[in-house]
Amino acid sequence: MKLQRHGLVVALAAAGAILLAACGSDPNAGGSGAGGTSSANSPAVDCNGKASLTAEGSSAQKNAMDVFAQAYQAKCSSSKIAYNPTGSGAGVKQFTAGLVDFGGSDSALSSTETGPAATRCQSNPAWNLPLVFGPVAIAYKVAGADALTLNGEVAAKIFNGHIKTWNDPAIAALNNGVSLPATPINVVFRSDDSGTTDNFQKYLQASSNGAWTQDAGKKFVGGVGSGAQGSAGVAQAIAATEGSIGYVELSFAQDNKLGMAKIDSGSGAVELTDANVGKAIAGVTVTGQGNDLTLDLTKTYAQPPAGSYPLFLATYEIVCSKGYDAATATAVKSFLTVAATDGQANLAAAGYAPLPAEFQQKLLTAIQAIA
Amino acid sequence: MSDPTVTDGPTGTGEPGDRWGASVSAVVPEAGIPPTEPPPPEEGTAGATFVQRGDRIFRFLATGSGAFVVALIGAIGLFLLIQAIPPLLQNNANFLTSRQFEAGDPNNLHFGILDLLLVTVEVSLFALILAMPIGLGIALFLTQYAPAKVARPFGYMVDLLAAVPSIIFGLWGLFVLAPAIQPFALWLQDSLGWFFLFSPGNVQIAGATVFTAGIVLAVMILPIITAISREVFQRTPRAHIEAALALGATKWEVVRMTVWPFGRAGYVSASMLGLGRALGETIALMIILAATPAIFTGSLFDGGATFASKIALSFAELNNNLSAGAFIAAGLVLFVLTFLVNAAARWVIARSGAKA
Repeated sequence: MKLQRHGLVVALAAAGAILLAACGSDPNAGGSGAGGTSSANSPAVDCNGKASLTAEGSSAQKNAMDVFAQAYQAKCSSSKIAYNPTGSGAGVKQFTAGLVDFGGSDSALSSTETGPAATRCQSNPAWNLPLVFGPVAIAYKVAGADALTLNGEVAAKIFNGHIKTWNDPAIAALNNGVSLPATPINVVFRSDDSGTTDNFQKYLQASSNGAWTQDAGKKFVGGVGSGAQGSAGVAQAIAATEGSIGYVELSFAQDNKLGMAKIDSGSGAVELTDANVGKAIAGVTVTGQGNDLTLDLTKTYAQPPAGSYPLFLATYEIVCSKGYDAATATAVKSFLTVAATDGQANLAAAGYAPLPAEFQQKLLTAIQAIA
Repeated sequence: MSDPTVTDGPTGTGEPGDRWGASVSAVVPEAGIPPTEPPPPEEGTAGATFVQRGDRIFRFLATGSGAFVVALIGAIGLFLLIQAIPPLLQNNANFLTSRQFEAGDPNNLHFGILDLLLVTVEVSLFALILAMPIGLGIALFLTQYAPAKVARPFGYMVDLLAAVPSIIFGLWGLFVLAPAIQPFALWLQDSLGWFFLFSPGNVQIAGATVFTAGIVLAVMILPIITAISREVFQRTPRAHIEAALALGATKWEVVRMTVWPFGRAGYVSASMLGLGRALGETIALMIILAATPAIFTGSLFDGGATFASKIALSFAELNNNLSAGAFIAAGLVLFVLTFLVNAAARWVIARSGAKA
């Protein structure tokens, strides 16, 4: 017994020391951040709102929120925001319950959620503001193939097991001059429920001319392959397994130096770059009314603008159009304004796509209308 | 520990094994977990009223703590049951025999726990089989063989193993251990693949298997088994050991004839506590085990998910009570399973006490 207690004390002391060290170094970790490019017509930011904002929801936008939080602090040194990445469902729930100032979600409020959300906003509608766009890479590791081009249909057939080997004629037809081996394709998917999986499957649904017969949803339903936990796990599994292919956010594919497939949506192979994703975002149809910027991505997924990379996910901030108290409204507006302007500068490094200019203006208009 | 059997133990004459077997058995029932016999209350002569009031307060607090634990377990069971019943009523698959766990769509629930149960049990038993002999060896070494100078720091080190967070074990397992044991795993598949335990698995991610997970789990439950066994072995009456030595027993014979019969029940219950830990381990398994749409074949080289890791994988994005309830129903099964394991441990201990 005595021995154990000593062990515990030592362990606690060690853990405490590590924690303290972590706290000490954290604020500087991001470095020079957020010096960013605020475009000339960006609105003024009022720093006199509520000092600490709370938000909760989608884990897909967690890293973007970290970037935004730094930019926000750089602009308003006395203000801060805490974003809790508990998942989209929890984000909507907590927002509706009035426990957080705004929610983060991978999908816009559903018809059953709009009512309670409006009640939370003192009978004013809640808006879905798509602030964070994350490009999704189809990452692969195949010896000898330094370039790979896919289209929606072939990707769907790979991810639901209709195409089983790398030298399948359907893949070869899109990849002239690339030597692909006769080895089996190992599909790697996310084993945890995630918005990335949801968007990826929606993309396959919309772009595959019916080759993807499965549903969408946060759980991978392709019926083949092996699952790894989290984006990091997927990227690591692809890197470690020859002949594998999977879908993962851009930054993770880059960090693990994985090959990233180009997507040919009918007008030639398009590489995954911020600019190419930006073209696709700029062409997205807004289905929301007025300042509610709910997006319909299916059209973009199915028929993206020429030369654009269509595989990306959009995550929303769910805010009240009216009904905040004055201090909160000011703070929410300030934070979102900073996020949509200064916050964009370091976004690419975190693996997200910066907002294209036109879309940025739409968002800023909506943000300014929050009262 | 004032133990009446200590005095009559060494008086045996001809057949040490039998004699001690009988005397030790009287000790065994209370040796399940290190005995915590409260010292008899000191009856103070002066200030009797004060002692009595303190006595009453203490008794109230102690009883309250005991009752609190019982109430807590009851409340947890009740909560699990209440949350689990609505989704179970709307389940379109057989809860106990279906192998797919589809709880994402509340309007079309299809969840069964068979594969979760099988993976949970296999990975835990595999870990237990690996950890039990090693834990026994460490405990015996620390109590019987190691000089005190070595035993103390060595004991600390084993205890420290319990202080490593399970996420670290998970990352270590996947990134360090899995690649290292991959050649051995492949060799097992090649040479013993005809046996279902070693047949090639259903996941393609190298090392993300029950095999790796079981080894990591074994390391994780080792400190529990070792610490408790050590405590029990340490309590072997000194007189027994000295008597055995006096009869000319070698070190090994001493262990076999005194320490082991005395501590066996404690060792079994230590292992069962370890098994309980293994059954409920979450994060490490979530990181290591690859998910798979294929069904579990029983091979150590399969992937899959345990109850706990399945719940952890899905919980972040659960947004309705029915889906959450489906996972809680799975949690309820784990709760019952752990309860059964503990009951089995009690039974083993009680039986080993009654038999001899």
